[in-house]
Amino acid sequence: MTPSGKPDLSVSIWRGGADGAYRTYSVPSRDSQTVLDVVTYVQRHLDPTLSYRFACRVGMCGSCAMTVNGRPRWTCRTHVSRVAKGDKLTVGPLENLPVVKDLATDMRPFFEKWQDAKGVFEPSKTRDDAIEPIRPDTRQRQLADAGVECINCGVCYAACDTVKWNTDYLGPAALNRAWTLANDVRDAGQTERLQAVASGGGCHACHSHQSCQEHCPQTLNPTASIAGLKRLTALAYLRGEIEA
Amino acid sequence: MSVGALSRRRNALWYAALVHRLSGLGLAVFLPLHFLTLALAVEDGARLDGFFRFADMPAVKLGETGLVFLLAVHFLGGLRILFVENFTWRGNQAKLASAAGGLAMLLAFVFLIRVL
Repeated sequence: MTPSGKPDLSVSIWRGGADGAYRTYSVPSRDSQTVLDVVTYVQRHLDPTLSYRFACRVGMCGSCAMTVNGRPRWTCRTHVSRVAKGDKLTVGPLENLPVVKDLATDMRPFFEKWQDAKGVFEPSKTRDDAIEPIRPDTRQRQLADAGVECINCGVCYAACDTVKWNTDYLGPAALNRAWTLANDVRDAGQTERLQAVASGGGCHACHSHQSCQEHCPQTLNPTASIAGLKRLTALAYLRGEIEA
Repeated sequence: MSVGALSRRRNALWYAALVHRLSGLGLAVFLPLHFLTLALAVEDGARLDGFFRFADMPAVKLGETGLVFLLAVHFLGGLRILFVENFTWRGNQAKLASAAGGLAMLLAFVFLIRVL
Protein backbone atom coordinates (compact mmCIF):
# COMPACT_ATOMS: atom_id res chain seq x y z
CA MET A 1 0.00 0.00 0.00
CA THR A 2 1.37 3.44 -0.95
CA PRO A 3 1.11 6.58 1.24
CA SER A 4 -1.70 7.78 -1.04
CA GLY A 5 -3.72 4.72 -0.05
CA LYS A 6 -3.60 3.08 -3.48
CA PRO A 7 -2.72 -0.61 -3.58
CA ASP A 8 0.65 -1.50 -5.08
CA LEU A 9 0.83 -2.49 -8.73
CA SER A 10 1.54 -6.12 -9.53
CA VAL A 11 3.92 -5.84 -12.47
CA SER A 12 5.02 -8.88 -14.48
CA ILE A 13 8.15 -8.16 -16.48
CA TRP A 14 9.84 -10.38 -19.04
CA ARG A 15 13.27 -11.49 -17.82
CA GLY A 16 15.92 -13.20 -19.90
CA GLY A 17 16.22 -13.82 -23.62
CA ALA A 18 13.82 -15.52 -26.00
CA ASP A 19 13.50 -18.48 -23.61
CA GLY A 20 13.01 -16.31 -20.53
CA ALA A 21 9.91 -15.94 -18.36
CA TYR A 22 7.82 -13.29 -16.63
CA ARG A 23 8.76 -12.31 -13.10
CA THR A 24 6.37 -10.36 -10.92
CA TYR A 25 7.28 -7.27 -8.87
CA SER A 26 5.30 -5.10 -6.49
CA VAL A 27 5.58 -1.43 -7.41
CA PRO A 28 4.06 1.53 -5.49
CA SER A 29 1.24 3.17 -7.41
CA ARG A 30 1.61 6.91 -8.08
CA ASP A 31 -0.47 9.60 -9.73
CA SER A 32 0.35 10.32 -13.38
CA GLN A 33 2.67 7.29 -13.41
CA THR A 34 3.84 6.06 -16.80
CA VAL A 35 4.77 2.49 -17.69
CA LEU A 36 8.36 3.67 -18.15
CA ASP A 37 8.25 5.06 -14.57
CA VAL A 38 7.22 1.60 -13.37
CA VAL A 39 10.02 -0.16 -15.24
CA THR A 40 12.53 2.41 -13.99
CA TYR A 41 11.32 1.90 -10.40
CA VAL A 42 11.90 -1.84 -10.71
CA GLN A 43 15.43 -1.34 -12.00
CA ARG A 44 16.40 1.30 -9.45
CA HIS A 45 14.79 -0.16 -6.35
CA LEU A 46 14.09 -3.86 -6.86
CA ASP A 47 16.38 -5.41 -9.46
CA PRO A 48 19.30 -3.45 -10.95
CA THR A 49 19.96 -6.24 -13.47
CA LEU A 50 16.78 -5.37 -15.42
CA SER A 51 17.66 -4.25 -18.97
CA TYR A 52 15.49 -1.86 -20.96
CA ARG A 53 15.99 1.01 -23.35
CA PHE A 54 14.91 4.64 -23.13
CA ALA A 55 16.31 8.10 -23.77
CA CYS A 56 14.15 11.22 -24.05
CA ARG A 57 11.15 10.22 -21.84
CA VAL A 58 8.94 12.66 -23.75
CA GLY A 59 7.84 10.69 -26.84
CA MET A 60 10.42 11.97 -29.26
CA CYS A 61 13.22 9.42 -29.50
CA GLY A 62 11.21 6.24 -30.03
CA SER A 63 13.50 4.02 -27.95
CA CYS A 64 11.22 2.91 -25.09
CA ALA A 65 8.61 0.88 -26.96
CA MET A 66 7.56 -2.33 -25.20
CA THR A 67 4.64 -4.72 -25.16
CA VAL A 68 2.27 -3.57 -22.44
CA ASN A 69 -0.60 -5.91 -21.55
CA GLY A 70 -0.23 -7.56 -24.96
CA ARG A 71 -0.14 -4.35 -26.99
CA PRO A 72 2.94 -2.56 -28.36
CA ARG A 73 3.17 0.96 -26.90
CA TRP A 74 5.59 3.81 -26.27
CA THR A 75 5.98 3.42 -22.54
CA CYS A 76 7.08 6.99 -21.71
CA ARG A 77 3.73 8.37 -22.87
CA THR A 78 1.55 5.52 -21.65
CA HIS A 79 -0.08 6.21 -18.30
CA VAL A 80 -0.53 3.20 -16.07
CA SER A 81 -4.05 4.34 -15.20
CA ARG A 82 -5.04 3.93 -18.86
CA VAL A 83 -3.71 0.44 -19.42
CA ALA A 84 -3.55 -1.41 -16.07
CA LYS A 85 -6.07 -4.21 -15.70
CA GLY A 86 -7.08 -3.90 -12.09
CA ASP A 87 -3.72 -3.33 -10.45
CA LYS A 88 -1.90 -5.65 -12.85
CA LEU A 89 0.53 -4.76 -15.57
CA THR A 90 2.44 -7.06 -17.90
CA VAL A 91 5.46 -5.61 -19.68
CA GLY A 92 7.40 -7.55 -22.32
CA PRO A 93 9.79 -6.84 -25.18
CA LEU A 94 8.46 -5.85 -28.60
CA GLU A 95 7.23 -8.72 -30.76
CA ASN A 96 8.76 -9.58 -34.16
CA LEU A 97 12.28 -8.60 -33.03
CA PRO A 98 14.97 -10.76 -31.41
CA VAL A 99 15.18 -10.30 -27.64
CA VAL A 100 18.61 -9.19 -26.45
CA LYS A 101 17.74 -9.35 -22.77
CA ASP A 102 14.65 -8.59 -20.70
CA LEU A 103 12.86 -5.64 -22.36
CA ALA A 104 15.62 -4.74 -24.82
CA THR A 105 15.17 -6.02 -28.37
CA ASP A 106 17.69 -6.13 -31.19
CA MET A 107 16.49 -3.39 -33.54
CA ARG A 108 18.93 -4.30 -36.32
CA PRO A 109 16.38 -6.12 -38.52
CA PHE A 110 14.11 -3.08 -38.26
CA PHE A 111 16.78 -0.61 -39.38
CA GLU A 112 18.34 -2.94 -41.94
CA LYS A 113 14.95 -3.09 -43.65
CA TRP A 114 14.87 0.71 -43.54
CA GLN A 115 18.05 0.56 -45.64
CA ASP A 116 16.67 -2.20 -47.88
CA ALA A 117 13.67 0.01 -48.67
CA LYS A 118 16.10 2.75 -49.78
CA GLY A 119 14.85 4.91 -46.94
CA VAL A 120 17.78 7.29 -47.33
CA PHE A 121 17.52 10.65 -49.08
CA GLU A 122 19.46 10.74 -52.35
CA PRO A 123 20.35 14.36 -53.13
CA SER A 124 19.74 15.69 -56.62
CA LYS A 125 21.82 18.82 -56.04
CA THR A 126 25.18 19.70 -54.56
CA ARG A 127 26.04 22.14 -51.81
CA ASP A 128 27.06 24.61 -54.51
CA ASP A 129 23.52 24.76 -55.93
CA ALA A 130 20.95 27.21 -54.67
CA ILE A 131 18.51 25.89 -52.06
CA GLU A 132 15.42 24.63 -53.83
CA PRO A 133 12.24 26.22 -52.47
CA ILE A 134 9.58 23.62 -51.65
CA ARG A 135 6.06 24.95 -51.22
CA PRO A 136 4.32 23.22 -48.27
CA ASP A 137 0.91 23.39 -49.97
CA THR A 138 1.82 21.22 -52.94
CA ARG A 139 0.14 17.82 -53.18
CA GLN A 140 3.39 15.85 -53.02
CA ARG A 141 4.74 17.78 -50.05
CA GLN A 142 1.47 17.26 -48.16
CA LEU A 143 1.64 13.50 -48.84
CA ALA A 144 5.24 13.42 -47.59
CA ASP A 145 4.39 15.54 -44.53
CA ALA A 146 1.57 13.15 -43.58
CA GLY A 147 4.07 10.37 -42.93
CA VAL A 148 7.25 12.19 -42.04
CA GLU A 149 6.85 12.34 -38.23
CA CYS A 150 7.84 8.71 -37.68
CA ILE A 151 10.08 8.34 -34.60
CA ASN A 152 11.30 4.80 -35.49
CA CYS A 153 9.89 3.31 -32.30
CA GLY A 154 9.12 -0.05 -33.93
CA VAL A 155 5.57 -0.23 -32.56
CA CYS A 156 4.07 -0.68 -36.04
CA TYR A 157 6.66 -3.37 -36.83
CA ALA A 158 5.76 -5.25 -33.66
CA ALA A 159 2.02 -4.91 -34.34
CA CYS A 160 2.18 -6.09 -37.97
CA ASP A 161 0.77 -9.54 -38.77
CA THR A 162 2.59 -9.61 -42.12
CA VAL A 163 5.96 -9.05 -40.43
CA LYS A 164 5.14 -12.00 -38.16
CA TRP A 165 4.27 -14.26 -41.11
CA ASN A 166 6.89 -13.11 -43.61
CA THR A 167 10.38 -12.41 -42.25
CA ASP A 168 11.37 -10.80 -45.58
CA TYR A 169 8.62 -8.17 -45.33
CA LEU A 170 10.13 -4.71 -45.03
CA GLY A 171 7.51 -3.58 -42.55
CA PRO A 172 5.30 -0.50 -42.16
CA ALA A 173 7.94 1.96 -40.92
CA ALA A 174 10.47 1.32 -43.70
CA LEU A 175 7.78 1.48 -46.38
CA ASN A 176 6.27 4.61 -44.86
CA ARG A 177 9.73 6.19 -45.01
CA ALA A 178 10.08 5.12 -48.66
CA TRP A 179 6.71 6.75 -49.38
CA THR A 180 7.73 10.08 -47.85
CA LEU A 181 10.90 10.07 -50.00
CA ALA A 182 8.93 8.99 -53.08
CA ASN A 183 7.00 12.25 -52.65
CA ASP A 184 10.11 14.36 -52.14
CA VAL A 185 10.75 16.20 -55.40
CA ARG A 186 14.38 16.85 -54.38
CA ASP A 187 15.22 13.13 -54.22
CA ALA A 188 17.19 11.55 -57.08
CA GLY A 189 16.83 7.87 -56.15
CA GLN A 190 13.21 7.27 -57.10
CA THR A 191 13.57 4.43 -59.62
CA GLU A 192 15.91 2.41 -57.39
CA ARG A 193 13.59 2.98 -54.43
CA LEU A 194 10.47 1.88 -56.32
CA GLN A 195 12.33 -1.20 -57.56
CA ALA A 196 13.36 -1.99 -53.97
CA VAL A 197 9.89 -1.63 -52.48
CA ALA A 198 8.25 -3.54 -55.35
CA SER A 199 10.44 -6.60 -54.83
CA GLY A 200 9.53 -9.67 -52.76
CA GLY A 201 8.79 -8.62 -49.19
CA GLY A 202 7.98 -5.12 -50.39
CA CYS A 203 4.80 -3.07 -50.40
CA HIS A 204 2.76 -5.68 -52.29
CA ALA A 205 3.14 -8.10 -49.38
CA CYS A 206 1.00 -5.82 -47.17
CA HIS A 207 -2.45 -7.23 -46.41
CA SER A 208 -3.92 -3.85 -45.35
CA HIS A 209 -4.89 -5.04 -41.86
CA GLN A 210 -4.11 -1.50 -40.66
CA SER A 211 -2.62 -2.70 -37.36
CA CYS A 212 0.23 -0.23 -37.96
CA GLN A 213 -2.21 2.66 -38.12
CA GLU A 214 -4.15 1.31 -35.14
CA HIS A 215 -1.05 1.20 -32.94
CA CYS A 216 1.12 4.08 -34.21
CA PRO A 217 1.72 6.41 -31.25
CA GLN A 218 2.26 9.29 -33.69
CA THR A 219 -1.15 8.56 -35.30
CA LEU A 220 0.48 8.07 -38.69
CA ASN A 221 -1.13 5.83 -41.30
CA PRO A 222 1.55 3.56 -42.80
CA THR A 223 -1.13 1.47 -44.53
CA ALA A 224 -2.08 4.51 -46.61
CA SER A 225 1.60 5.10 -47.41
CA ILE A 226 2.01 1.47 -48.48
CA ALA A 227 -1.15 1.70 -50.62
CA GLY A 228 0.42 4.76 -52.26
CA LEU A 229 3.59 2.78 -52.98
CA LYS A 230 1.50 -0.01 -54.51
CA ARG A 231 0.02 2.51 -56.95
CA LEU A 232 3.36 4.16 -57.73
CA THR A 233 5.13 0.83 -58.33
CA ALA A 234 2.28 -0.46 -60.51
CA LEU A 235 2.46 2.68 -62.67
CA ALA A 236 6.26 2.48 -62.84
CA TYR A 237 5.99 -1.15 -63.97
CA LEU A 238 3.44 -0.28 -66.66
CA ARG A 239 5.77 2.47 -67.91
CA GLY A 240 8.64 -0.01 -68.03
CA GLU A 241 10.66 1.87 -65.40
CA ILE A 242 10.97 -1.08 -63.01
CA GLU A 243 10.98 -4.85 -63.44
CA ALA A 244 8.62 -7.39 -61.92
CA MET B 1 5.51 -14.63 -24.68
CA SER B 2 2.88 -12.05 -25.50
CA VAL B 3 -0.05 -11.69 -23.16
CA GLY B 4 -3.29 -10.87 -24.93
CA ALA B 5 -1.51 -10.63 -28.30
CA LEU B 6 -4.52 -12.12 -30.02
CA SER B 7 -7.03 -9.92 -28.22
CA ARG B 8 -5.37 -6.72 -29.47
CA ARG B 9 -5.74 -7.99 -33.03
CA ARG B 10 -9.45 -8.51 -32.67
CA ASN B 11 -10.70 -5.40 -34.41
CA ALA B 12 -13.07 -5.03 -37.35
CA LEU B 13 -10.31 -5.00 -39.97
CA TRP B 14 -8.60 -8.07 -38.52
CA TYR B 15 -11.93 -9.88 -38.69
CA ALA B 16 -12.45 -8.55 -42.22
CA ALA B 17 -9.14 -10.11 -43.30
CA LEU B 18 -10.02 -13.38 -41.54
CA VAL B 19 -13.46 -13.54 -43.14
CA HIS B 20 -11.98 -12.71 -46.55
CA ARG B 21 -9.51 -15.60 -46.30
CA LEU B 22 -11.99 -18.12 -44.92
CA SER B 23 -14.63 -17.17 -47.51
CA GLY B 24 -12.01 -17.52 -50.25
CA LEU B 25 -11.08 -20.97 -48.97
CA GLY B 26 -14.76 -21.94 -48.75
CA LEU B 27 -15.38 -20.84 -52.34
CA ALA B 28 -12.23 -22.64 -53.50
CA VAL B 29 -13.58 -25.87 -52.00
CA PHE B 30 -17.06 -25.27 -53.45
CA LEU B 31 -16.05 -24.45 -57.04
CA PRO B 32 -14.74 -27.92 -58.06
CA LEU B 33 -17.91 -29.50 -56.64
CA HIS B 34 -19.96 -26.95 -58.57
CA PHE B 35 -18.21 -27.79 -61.84
CA LEU B 36 -18.52 -31.52 -61.20
CA THR B 37 -22.28 -31.04 -60.79
CA LEU B 38 -22.47 -28.98 -63.98
CA ALA B 39 -20.62 -31.76 -65.80
CA LEU B 40 -23.56 -34.05 -65.04
CA ALA B 41 -25.61 -32.02 -67.56
CA VAL B 42 -23.35 -33.36 -70.29
CA GLU B 43 -22.65 -36.82 -69.00
CA ASP B 44 -25.72 -38.02 -67.12
CA GLY B 45 -28.96 -36.01 -67.25
CA ALA B 46 -30.83 -38.43 -64.98
CA ARG B 47 -28.25 -38.05 -62.19
CA LEU B 48 -28.45 -34.26 -62.60
CA ASP B 49 -32.24 -34.40 -62.15
CA GLY B 50 -31.65 -36.48 -59.03
CA PHE B 51 -29.24 -33.87 -57.74
CA PHE B 52 -31.81 -31.11 -58.36
CA ARG B 53 -34.35 -33.02 -56.25
CA PHE B 54 -31.70 -33.37 -53.52
CA ALA B 55 -30.92 -29.65 -53.81
CA ASP B 56 -34.57 -28.78 -53.14
CA MET B 57 -34.25 -29.99 -49.55
CA PRO B 58 -34.42 -27.11 -47.02
CA ALA B 59 -31.09 -28.14 -45.46
CA VAL B 60 -29.38 -27.80 -48.84
CA LYS B 61 -31.03 -24.41 -49.39
CA LEU B 62 -29.61 -23.35 -46.05
CA GLY B 63 -26.19 -24.45 -47.27
CA GLU B 64 -26.70 -22.47 -50.48
CA THR B 65 -27.51 -19.44 -48.35
CA GLY B 66 -24.12 -19.87 -46.72
CA LEU B 67 -22.51 -20.00 -50.15
CA VAL B 68 -24.28 -16.81 -51.20
CA PHE B 69 -22.94 -15.17 -48.06
CA LEU B 70 -19.40 -16.41 -48.78
CA LEU B 71 -19.58 -15.16 -52.36
CA ALA B 72 -21.02 -11.76 -51.39
CA VAL B 73 -18.67 -11.13 -48.48
CA HIS B 74 -15.62 -12.16 -50.54
CA PHE B 75 -16.71 -9.99 -53.46
CA LEU B 76 -17.51 -6.92 -51.36
CA GLY B 77 -14.41 -7.33 -49.14
CA GLY B 78 -12.26 -7.72 -52.25
CA LEU B 79 -13.78 -4.58 -53.76
CA ARG B 80 -12.93 -2.65 -50.60
CA ILE B 81 -9.30 -3.80 -50.77
CA LEU B 82 -9.10 -2.91 -54.46
CA PHE B 83 -10.36 0.58 -53.69
CA VAL B 84 -7.88 0.92 -50.80
CA GLU B 85 -4.95 -0.09 -52.99
CA ASN B 86 -5.84 1.63 -56.25
CA PHE B 87 -7.50 4.90 -55.30
CA THR B 88 -6.79 7.79 -52.96
CA TRP B 89 -6.96 6.68 -49.32
CA ARG B 90 -10.28 7.07 -47.56
CA GLY B 91 -10.79 6.77 -43.82
CA ASN B 92 -13.43 4.74 -41.99
CA GLN B 93 -12.18 1.45 -43.43
CA ALA B 94 -13.43 -0.42 -40.35
CA LYS B 95 -16.94 0.93 -40.98
CA LEU B 96 -16.71 0.02 -44.67
CA ALA B 97 -15.59 -3.52 -43.79
CA SER B 98 -18.47 -3.86 -41.33
CA ALA B 99 -20.88 -2.54 -43.97
CA ALA B 100 -19.58 -5.11 -46.46
CA GLY B 101 -20.21 -7.89 -43.94
CA GLY B 102 -23.67 -6.54 -43.14
CA LEU B 103 -24.64 -6.20 -46.79
CA ALA B 104 -23.44 -9.75 -47.49
CA MET B 105 -25.62 -11.05 -44.65
CA LEU B 106 -28.58 -9.09 -46.01
CA LEU B 107 -28.08 -10.54 -49.51
CA ALA B 108 -27.85 -14.06 -48.09
CA PHE B 109 -31.04 -13.48 -46.07
CA VAL B 110 -32.92 -12.20 -49.14
CA PHE B 111 -31.76 -15.30 -51.03
CA LEU B 112 -33.02 -17.54 -48.23
CA ILE B 113 -36.42 -15.83 -48.17
CA ARG B 114 -36.76 -16.27 -51.93
CA VAL B 115 -35.87 -19.97 -52.03
CA LEU B 116 -37.76 -21.21 -48.97
